[in-house]
Formats: sequence, C-alpha cells, structure tokens
Amino acid sequence: MDISLQQVGYLYGKDTPFEKRALQAVDVTIHSGSYTAIIGHTGSGKSTLLMHLNGLLKPSEGVVQIGDAKISAGTKTKGLKAIRRHVGIVFQFPEHQLFEETVEKDIMFGPMNFGVSEEESRRRAHELIGLLGLPADVALKSPFDLSGGQMRRVAIAGVLAFKPSVLVLDEPTAGLDPRGRKEIMELFHQLHIEENLTTILVTHSMEDAARYADNVVVMHDGSSVMSGTPEEVFGNEEKLSSYRLGLPRSVKFQRDIEKMIGRALPGLALTEEQLAKAIAHAATEVGDR
Amino acid sequence: MLEKMIFGRYIPGNSFVHRLDPRAKLSFVFLFIIAVFLANTAMTYAILVGFTLLVIFSSRIRLYFLINGLKPILFLIIFTLLMHLFFTKGGVLLFEWKFIKVYEEGLRQGIFISIRFLVLVLMTSVLTLTTSPISITDGMEDLLGPFKRFKLPVHELALMMSISLRFIPTLMDETDKIVKAQLARGSDISTGSIKQRIRAVIPLLVPLFVSAFKRAEDLAVAMEVRGYRGGEGRTRYRQLKWHWRDTMVMALFVVLVAILLLLRG
Amino acid sequence: MKEILSMDNVSYSYRVGDEESKRAVDGVSFTLHDGEWIAIVGHNGSGKSTLAKLMIGLLFPDEGDVNIFIEKLTEDNLWEKRSQMGIVFQNPDNQFVGSTVQDDVAFALENNGVPFEEMLHRVYDSLAQVNMSDFLDHEPHHLSGGQKQRVAIAGALALHPRLLIMDEATSMLDPQGRDEVIRVVENLRCKKGLTVISITHDLEEALLANRIIVMNKGQVLAVGTPKEIFLRGVELKTIGLNLPFALRVSGLLRKFGMELEGEHMTEEELVNELWTSHFSK
Repeated sequence: MDISLQQVGYLYGKDTPFEKRALQAVDVTIHSGSYTAIIGHTGSGKSTLLMHLNGLLKPSEGVVQIGDAKISAGTKTKGLKAIRRHVGIVFQFPEHQLFEETVEKDIMFGPMNFGVSEEESRRRAHELIGLLGLPADVALKSPFDLSGGQMRRVAIAGVLAFKPSVLVLDEPTAGLDPRGRKEIMELFHQLHIEENLTTILVTHSMEDAARYADNVVVMHDGSSVMSGTPEEVFGNEEKLSSYRLGLPRSVKFQRDIEKMIGRALPGLALTEEQLAKAIAHAATEVGDR
Repeated sequence: MLEKMIFGRYIPGNSFVHRLDPRAKLSFVFLFIIAVFLANTAMTYAILVGFTLLVIFSSRIRLYFLINGLKPILFLIIFTLLMHLFFTKGGVLLFEWKFIKVYEEGLRQGIFISIRFLVLVLMTSVLTLTTSPISITDGMEDLLGPFKRFKLPVHELALMMSISLRFIPTLMDETDKIVKAQLARGSDISTGSIKQRIRAVIPLLVPLFVSAFKRAEDLAVAMEVRGYRGGEGRTRYRQLKWHWRDTMVMALFVVLVAILLLLRG
Repeated sequence: MKEILSMDNVSYSYRVGDEESKRAVDGVSFTLHDGEWIAIVGHNGSGKSTLAKLMIGLLFPDEGDVNIFIEKLTEDNLWEKRSQMGIVFQNPDNQFVGSTVQDDVAFALENNGVPFEEMLHRVYDSLAQVNMSDFLDHEPHHLSGGQKQRVAIAGALALHPRLLIMDEATSMLDPQGRDEVIRVVENLRCKKGLTVISITHDLEEALLANRIIVMNKGQVLAVGTPKEIFLRGVELKTIGLNLPFALRVSGLLRKFGMELEGEHMTEEELVNELWTSHFSK
C-alpha cells in the first residue's frame, strides 16, 4: 500500500491562543514494500507526522493518501477505522497500552476490534507469542507480571495480530538493553521481508536507519527537508549536520579513515560489516603496491 | 475541545494584577464574593460591573478571550435567567403568552442574579488567569497557616496540590497517547451503544491507572531519597512578599464595600 | 584515598524464605574510593538496580553490610547519609517534584532545612554547573528529557554531595539528551572531583569510568578497568552486553584477515592503529 503526504500541515490547538504549528508543507512518499526510516531531531515533527499515517490526526492543510483513501481536514472520522486495520503503529514504550487480564486477551484485542473471529484471534495470539520468543506459558499470565522486555514484546504482538500491511515503528527499542534492542530490530527486519510489509521506522538511531532502511526521510522544524536512499542522505554530511543530525558511526569512521589516508573508500559503509570489508580491501590494495 | 477552556488556566504576564501577592488576590476574591451579595439595586450592580471591568482592564487580558472562554458556562447563566423570568412572581405583569407569565420582579431578579453570577465567574477567572497555580497554592498555604493549630495538615495539602498541578500536563499527554494507541488497535469510543462505549473506556482507564501508580511510586521514592520527611524542620524556597500595592488593593476593597453599603436600597 | 562506599558480601532477595526464588543480589563486594567513577553494567534483570536501592537504603541487605563513608548504613543514620549523596533515576518525569526548575532544585534543600539566602545561592550555582541557568522558571513539561535529567543532577549537586549515583539515568533519553547528561557528569568529575557510580547498559558510557563492575544473575561477574573488561569480549556478549564500536570493528577487521596490534577502545585509537600498521607504508 503506497502512502503519500502532499503539502501536509498540522496545527495543535487550532484557533486558540495556544495554537502551535507542528508540521508545514510536508511532502513524503512511501512506496509499498519499502523500508523507510524517518529521522530528525527531537521536536522536528516526527511524532506528529507518524500519527497522520493512519488517520489518528487529520492534516490541517494538504492531503494524506493511504492506498485509495484520501484524508484531509474535512474527512469524516467514521471511515478512518478501516484504514487503521491496514496501518499498524507500534508506539514508543508500547507496553504502556497493555490492559487485559491475560497476555492472550491483550493480543486478541486488536484483531477482535477489526472483526477477526475469536478463534482466529486466539490462534494468532499463540503464534505471535512463539514468534516473539516469549515462553508459551505467558499466554494466560497477566501482562503486568512480566519483565519490561517481555511486556514490550506482548505489546508488539498486539499490533502484529491484526496483520497490518504497513507497520509504523516509533522508537521501538527505546529503553531496552543492547541484546533486546538487536533482537527486536532483527525481528522487524525479518517480518519486513517474509511478510512483505511496508515498514516505517521513526528513530534517533542513525545506525538503525542506515542498516535497515532503503529509503530515508529527514524531518526538521516540522518540514520534510531531505529524502532518498541511505547512501544519498548519509553521504551528505554537511546538510545533515545543518539539521543537527550526525552520521552513522560506521560512516563517520569511514570519513575519519579517508581523511587519514587521503583518499575515498568506495561506496558508503552503512554497517560495521561493510566498513570492515571496505577497510580490509583498501589495506590489501596498499599491501599489493 | 479542552484546548478552548480557559477556566483554571494561567496566562503569564506582567500587569498590575499579575504582580499582586497571591495572598492579596485570594483574600480579595474571597471577600469580593461575599460583597457581591450586598448589591441589591441597579446602581450597586452597575458599580459591581464597572469594578469588574476595571479589574479585567488592569489585568490586560483580552476581553474577547475571556468571553470566548466563558462560553461553556453561558448556558448556566441563561438557564438561571429563564428560571427567574418564568417562576418569580411579583410586580407588574409584563408579558403573557398561553401559560407563560413574566412579571417585573422576575425580570429584575433574573437580570440581577445573572449579573451576580457573571461577575463572580469573571473575577475568579481573572484570579486564575493572572496567578500561576503554584502561587495560588503558596498563597493558600500561607493564608491557611493559622489553621495548623487545629491539626489541619496545611503543608501536606499544599504539597499534594502542587504535585497534582505539576502532573496534570504529564497525565494529559499520557491520556492522549493511550487513547491514540488504542484507537490504532481498532478501539472505538465514539460509536456503538452506551454499553459498548463504556466497555471501550476500560482499555484507556487500566493503562492510565497502572502508569499513574507507577509514577506515584517513583515519585515517592525520589522524594524520600531527597530527604522529604514531612513539613517538620523544612525551610521554604518560595517566599511571598507583601508590597504597598497589595495593601492598596485591600484598601480599595474597603472603599468598595463602603460605597455598596451607602447605595444599597 | 578515602573510602566512599563499600559493599561487603551483600545479598538480597525480594521474596524472603522462598527457596526457589533467586537472589536478586548475591554476595556482592566492592569498594569505591574518593574521586573514582565506577560503572555498574549488566543486562536488564542482572541485579544492578537492586544494587542501587541497597546503596541508598531503600532496601536493606539480607546478608552483608553496605558501608557509606566508612560507616554501616542503618535505619538510624539513613537520613544523614542520604543528605550527603545524590541520586538520579531513570524516568525523567517521575522524579521532578517541583513545579518549576528552580523549585525542583531547591526541594532537597528545603527538606534539609537550608536557610533561604543559602538556598538561593546553591540553586543558582548548581543550575550553572549543569548549564541550565537560563531555565529557572521553566515548567517540567516544557523541557526535554535530557534537560530534566540535568535538573535532577543539579538537585543532587545542591546538597554538595560526596557521591552521585546515576541509576540508568540516560536510558530513556534520545542520543542528544544522553550526550548532554554524560558531558555534564564528566565535567563535574574533572572539575570537582565528584565520585560517581553510574548504573547503565550503555557501554560507551561505561568506557568513561575508571572501573567497571559487570553484573550477571545478581553476582559480580568481573571487575576491572574498561580495557580489562572489554578484552573479555565474547564473555560479555553471552550475557547480553555489547562491545564498544571500536572493538566490534576490530573484531570484524580481524575476521577479514587484517592484522591489528593491540586492542583499541575508541575510534581514534583504531584509526591511528590502522594508519601506522597498514596505510602509512
């Protein structure tokens, strides 16, 4: 499902003395099946943008197109639920949305709301418990008895359970320890490929954006200011830093090395593996001479 | 919708009214509420209205803004007016249509009571709009100080109030986030039967309570670790200063009461 | 060097008497000296947060002693000891007591009965040390996470503490907030010689410490300088911790057949090594 935002603007508290502009003239296109990273400084409008992707907010100006549906300021709230079925959002600290007596019931909440049968919802819940690496016996436990990391996984399962074709992730690994972070990111990557999802990752981590995304959108002061492949975006250090964003560590390291040896390494090292490979290759060239 | 409510909100500023000591403002508004009941003639009501306008003017709050914010309670004022129009009897019969009879006294009372109501709401709005909630709390704590003797936990009440005030925006944000998260999971609060709607509130309430308790627990720990042991032996960082202008305002109140007493019928 | 804090064979379990339940902290001993910065690392659930609670007397050990400023921590001297140390917790929102920045910094001072004039002075001074002087009257919901944590540090500093404990104080922050907080703490240590315990799973943060204590399943798995600790690479990985970037890249380079001399903790060191042993020829 393609998503596009055309000249989208958003104002909080419109027509009150507390009115505040959050988005201005945002143009973003997300193609079906792509993995898009939205990066930007805190307060750049990333979170507001994210809530436009499934009609949680309606644009004050411009149009948001999700598949065939168009949302603008005048759109009625009624039809939006149908859109939400196709676009799932994993919010930051999603464990804060858990409420049911058992893990199983909490995971079933989404699909049942969207009209999936109880039987099928339960089947999916159990399947997801396994997929997310939770022990099978948590199904009938209270979600509030689990550890923080487990609660996070349950909450993620609650979104995956209604099988959205677009998955929006808002800092899904915030507050997790390094192992948890890596496992969750790898899981989303695997789902992206296997289920042919359209994935949108809102993140502060340039490393995650560089490693996983094939399309990067940069937000700054409520506007979309840059977009392109990771190579294009992270290749432009100067422009990025004007938006108060740094380079992924591997790219930064590559630049340091290049400065030292006085020539460019081929390509852009988006991951540590690529970086090591490029350096090793350059070193053998030096050795051969 | 909530964004448009101004009742209980604070608008920072530097007007004469803003700079008054909260104790002066609180006492003034409290006494004013009583004094309003002294008015009983057109002249005395006119003085009350004039005085209120003077206060609004010196607070430099835009009148349009005040009136806009009053809309939610306008209904109440109109309701009282109508009640008096139709049900208070006395004086000349002004108007009659089928079973509806409006008497002179009804009209008079209706207008007076509405003015009284309006003046009270405007005055208290000016108080809250020009005084930060925390200053109001400080003022209250100080004014209620003497009641400590009667075992009234003044310090604890004030602290509770200031912490609640401090967490209101945090909890509002939190509520908004949880509502959005559940909406994204297909929850629906605005449609369906009453029973369905009530059930749709549970997914919002449970997480809110869970998080509020977590916050309360964290906060209690943070306060304990930072040495909080109740009001005993505590010093105060917020100091209130009484200026000549505060004395002047209290004097003004005496003058107002004197005029009202002279002119009331 | 003066001893600031020591743990002597400390154990604690949340469910006393329950044989099955594991000990959250199990026979932990270490000593912290004046001016030191130690990092306690471990994955979530390794017992590092319980350790923090034991240090500030929110919990008392089942076995062993916690000594603060060479005196055993007890219910009786608890308040006195607490007034000499500051602690910053994980969630920036849930420890902000005051309604504005300056009120919050003053909170601990009020509790300890510091006179008004002295308070004013200390509030301004502490806020200056964390670069938050321009935010005196700001309300918490108008501050970023990093700013709130800096205010929390200022609140601790106002008491002129001999020890600052950071209990996962950076784990909920964005990268910029994390940098702000770490820079402030580093600066305090350099300029004022503040003793710091940081409990963290951010290994880049741990790199700044003099010593690292690695926790696993309630026990101390390893103690040493950052270098000593990170050289045990694989072992750290198996308990769910990550290596610093430079070490990860070194590992990969070796895998691709490059020879590197020694171990390099920071990017700078690694770049230099690559230059001298491979590219300068």
